[in-house]
Amino acid sequence: MSQVATHIETQQHHPIKLYLVVWGWLFILSTCSYLVDFFGLVGYLRWGLILLFMVLKAGLIVAVFMHMAWERLALLYAIIVPPTLVLVFVGIMVFESNYTLFSRLAFFVVGR
Amino acid sequence: MVDMPRTDPGAGISRPAGWEGIVADWSSDQRAFKNVSWGKAMMWIFLLSDTFIFSCFLLSYMTVRMSTVEPWPNPSEVFALNIGGRHIPLILIAIMTFILISSSGTMAMAVNFGYRRDRFRSASLMLATALLGATFVGMQAFEWSKLIAEGVRPWGNPWGAAQFGSSFFMITGFHGTHVTIGVIFLLIMSRKVFRGDFDRERRGFFTSRKGNYEIVEIMGLYWHFVDLVWVFIFALFYLW
Repeated sequence: MSQVATHIETQQHHPIKLYLVVWGWLFILSTCSYLVDFFGLVGYLRWGLILLFMVLKAGLIVAVFMHMAWERLALLYAIIVPPTLVLVFVGIMVFESNYTLFSRLAFFVVGR
Repeated sequence: MVDMPRTDPGAGISRPAGWEGIVADWSSDQRAFKNVSWGKAMMWIFLLSDTFIFSCFLLSYMTVRMSTVEPWPNPSEVFALNIGGRHIPLILIAIMTFILISSSGTMAMAVNFGYRRDRFRSASLMLATALLGATFVGMQAFEWSKLIAEGVRPWGNPWGAAQFGSSFFMITGFHGTHVTIGVIFLLIMSRKVFRGDFDRERRGFFTSRKGNYEIVEIMGLYWHFVDLVWVFIFALFYLW
């Protein structure tokens, strides 16, 4: 019996309204990020807004649609922490691309 | 559940919360994920590995875009469409984004109705999700044909850096493949739910094991992940 009880306890019972609200927010955020392009914003404002809306949308999807907000932290950290290490890889590749670009500009396009 | 003691999700003992909970769950020779079944945990771990695959694609895209000396084609113009005589930038991609988000919404509700054992609504919402997913793939096929007709190839394009084509076909192609596989599995799951497999504990054709409505949630995890990846592709490839 305890097994059955635990099983029911682990199921996700949320009102449908919650999903509709999140759906609405995802629409609003997507519209906002589309408007960033539509109005032709440039520079740090553009990149900042794009990243902001991206992170908010990703957070809503993972937390509510994928039910991560109601999981135990042991699972949450096991899944969320490793991808953040990709940022280190991003850092490495930024240095690498700058170096490649420098080499190309310094040694290959001088004559043009 | 009763004849599968190994998948018992943690025996209902109260566990410490917060950081203490993480240490307690991971320490000693025991199951780390207490109230998560093996199926759900394995789907999460698969999604984690898939995250790294897409991260590598987006990283290589960033690297080639940052290191090229040619101008990068403007995605806003490349993906613009003329609708009703008006030139609207990036409109096709915006519509695809809304379609995929909507499919995520219907999927989340399908999971909810599954747990309420409302199998008709659950199956219909999954079918709606599959249809929206198929629409998305269809629009992607349109986008690919349009770009190929305009001369975009993995090794070059008329507007600038050659790496644009290779990044585009690699990233959206891999994502589209994920959506297609998701649509196929959604159709299979929708049929199983509609037939009442999880109410009557009918054994699966492949695993010969009894399923329950948690399978709908696991399917949902995959589908939301596909939407999640699109959020990143939309922001980093199309809008940047």
